[in-house]
Amino acid sequence: MLNWSSDPELEVQHLTMRFGGLTAIGDLSFNAGRKQITALIGPNGAGKTTVFNCITGFYKPTEGMIKLHHDDGKEFLLERMDDFRITQHAKVARTFQNIRLFSGMTLLENLMVAQHNVLMRASGFTVGGIFGSSHFKRAENDAIERCKYWLNKVGLTDRADDAAGDLPYGAQRRLEIARAMCTKPRLLCLDEPAAGLNPRESDELNKLLLSVRDEHNMAILLIEHDMSVVMGISDHIVVLDYGRKIADGTPAQIKTDPAVIRAYLGVEEDEAPAEIVKEAAIMHSAEMPNVAPAKSKAAKPLPVTKKPATKAPTKKAAPQKGGRK
Amino acid sequence: MSVAPKNNSVAQDSKALDAMGIAKDLFGTAVITGLILTPVVAIKTTMNQGVLIYNERWVLAASLLAVVVVARLLLHLLVWSDTPTSMIVKKYTGIIWTFFKTYLLLPVAVFLVSYLAIKNSLGGIPLIVVFAISIFIAALSGVAWYLALERQSQAKSAGNAGKPLSETIGANLGPALLVFALLFPFIAHFSPWGDKRTVDLAVYILIYIMLGWGLNVVVGLAGLLDLGYVAFYAVGAYSYALLSTYYFPLWFGHGIVPYAFYVTLPVAGLLAACWGLILGFPVLRLRGDYLAIVTLAFGEMIRLVLVNWFSFTNGPQGIEVPKVTFFGLPFKDAPGSFSDFFGITYDRIQFYIFLYYLILAMALVTYFVTKKLRRLPIGRAWEALREDEIACRSLGINTTTTKLTAFATGAMFGGFAGSFFAARQGFVSPESFVYIESALILAIVVLGGLGSQIGIVFSAIAIMGSFEFFREMDFMKAVLPTGTEPIQFRMLAVGLAMVLMMRFRPRGFVTKREPTVFLKEKKSVSADLVAEGHG
Repeated sequence: MLNWSSDPELEVQHLTMRFGGLTAIGDLSFNAGRKQITALIGPNGAGKTTVFNCITGFYKPTEGMIKLHHDDGKEFLLERMDDFRITQHAKVARTFQNIRLFSGMTLLENLMVAQHNVLMRASGFTVGGIFGSSHFKRAENDAIERCKYWLNKVGLTDRADDAAGDLPYGAQRRLEIARAMCTKPRLLCLDEPAAGLNPRESDELNKLLLSVRDEHNMAILLIEHDMSVVMGISDHIVVLDYGRKIADGTPAQIKTDPAVIRAYLGVEEDEAPAEIVKEAAIMHSAEMPNVAPAKSKAAKPLPVTKKPATKAPTKKAAPQKGGRK
Repeated sequence: MSVAPKNNSVAQDSKALDAMGIAKDLFGTAVITGLILTPVVAIKTTMNQGVLIYNERWVLAASLLAVVVVARLLLHLLVWSDTPTSMIVKKYTGIIWTFFKTYLLLPVAVFLVSYLAIKNSLGGIPLIVVFAISIFIAALSGVAWYLALERQSQAKSAGNAGKPLSETIGANLGPALLVFALLFPFIAHFSPWGDKRTVDLAVYILIYIMLGWGLNVVVGLAGLLDLGYVAFYAVGAYSYALLSTYYFPLWFGHGIVPYAFYVTLPVAGLLAACWGLILGFPVLRLRGDYLAIVTLAFGEMIRLVLVNWFSFTNGPQGIEVPKVTFFGLPFKDAPGSFSDFFGITYDRIQFYIFLYYLILAMALVTYFVTKKLRRLPIGRAWEALREDEIACRSLGINTTTTKLTAFATGAMFGGFAGSFFAARQGFVSPESFVYIESALILAIVVLGGLGSQIGIVFSAIAIMGSFEFFREMDFMKAVLPTGTEPIQFRMLAVGLAMVLMMRFRPRGFVTKREPTVFLKEKKSVSADLVAEGHG
């Protein structure tokens, strides 16, 4: 179970990110294991999205190293690469906290754009494409097949020709994951994929993520507030608070970690806002691994209510973490 | 708007007459109108023997102000309130309008056309004007008729059964336009209305359609606002001018001059594309207003260089260039010319018809290449860039090269069009490449509906055609103040048309986006969802 330390896909070492005088992340080191789901949790403003933006190249870290190990032995130093090259060469794909789909394009087009680099090469950098080369046509058909596969996987085949902006919220989240997967990533970074989903949808999301991990041999890095998702599917949890790592381990270890409880509940338990207490209660009560939703729900002492942490009254969600403008 | 009077019950609602509210509104109207009228109407500057003097016209301004205020008051009393009088007025205007558009629009149109035709036979109005007016009115009644039909068909199908009429028309519009475009010179030549000028006007419009299609790549697809597009047009024109008059004779001898256009065309496109890259590099990081300002400055810079680099471009005096030939055969009444070679009598219209087909071919190439590009990964990346640049980068798309290719591709088509322009005129000067040209081309693209190619055809015809229309409108002199020419009102009319467009169709003529690829069924995307780009 501890393969994140022995055989990591992603290795983050001494990562520090300062914005002027503010240290958003301070000396953060953690690993994400190969073919494992790693969850990055922590109260709002803990710096989780900043970590994501550093990994995917949207921010250049002030200090530290981010190293990606492919299983064929290739290594990439992500902190030195441009954001689009990280996706193109190091094969890291991401989704955004505030969904960023191409809303005026159809679902199929969204997924086709994700395969841009492959198709671009196949079209001979447009020259062959203009003259209709058969090589390009074959590549395009392959790409459409891949789109179909992923649309089927996220259950959106029927809406393939609709505009992405027309989809309901939960479907947009799934489409964004499908789009990220169409870049054929090795590491998938999901920024709050379950935010705004209802319980049924987040159970479907759990199944989707587990199948992505198992069938596609992917490493997944996940930011999430929804503890039913975090405790249900993650193999490894890293807890951040004020930009520093306060705990790192399996879900079972995290549940009982005193530092985590302190960060979520505060020192005096009766002073903590009610909803945060509830979240912690869910965290403790959640069965793991939570694959079969119906059964585990029945076994739970507390019903899983959604969005406990994002609605926390004391701390506001940081606006627009999507990336730099 | 108006606030409910205190002594009225709430249920009586705010639309009831409210003297205080109306008075406030009228006062505001008067102030705003006065502010506009003072510089525009009340103070008129004139040149008097080289000295700028101004006349005051306060009476005129005051009467205009009074008209506005009284009209607004009438609107308040009769239309914007729910008093019994206004209800009656509204009811009867509605009935009259319905009656008019159902039973009278077509007869009135026919009457107007025949009246104009009769008046014309007595002399006075040129035939082209009658032609244009009748087409315009027929189109108007056609639109009214079609809208009514569509409403009926939609009401009948009430759901997904059967396509709306607009889609049936939309699907056949392109081919119908193409057939019309191919036959146009003959229609113009053999019909009693057309003459050389009609064909020449069509050539002129086609240049702008081609420019519109070129700029559409940058603005419509990639969502990058370019206010200096005319710079590439100028690069194309001057490439042809300089190469054909100086460099080609110098390098290859004078024998090349008749063929110069065909040799220059690819070179001009290439040079313009290079300038597209040169513009593209510094503006890569700019968005929105900043991008617009820099591109605008770029357009002006090119023009100022053309004006001031006298030794190279001959400055404001411009350059005489050879006109385009029929693959080496010139159009003139002499041995070795086009008419001589084919054994037909010389007619000036042969040149115009050739120009027409040449620009039609070039425009069609632009059309099909950009249409094809949209379906290729590069075109999809342009559109994705317009939708969301950050998401593009997260998918591994190099936004730098994507933007640069958009600039270069758009510029290339501008360069082609510029070469043609020079070869048609036989003369180039910096005067042809002023800022207003960029604005016009952008207006054509915006009016057509961003990203839509067919929409651009209609907006180019509407804008450029209306300019010529104003040029021809001699009969308007009877209505207009003495001493003014109808042509002076063309910008006013275009401005008015723009304002109306922004009010009623803010996303242009064509407000649907066609997907580039589909699994089962092609569904167009409504404009509300399509992003306009961030600069």
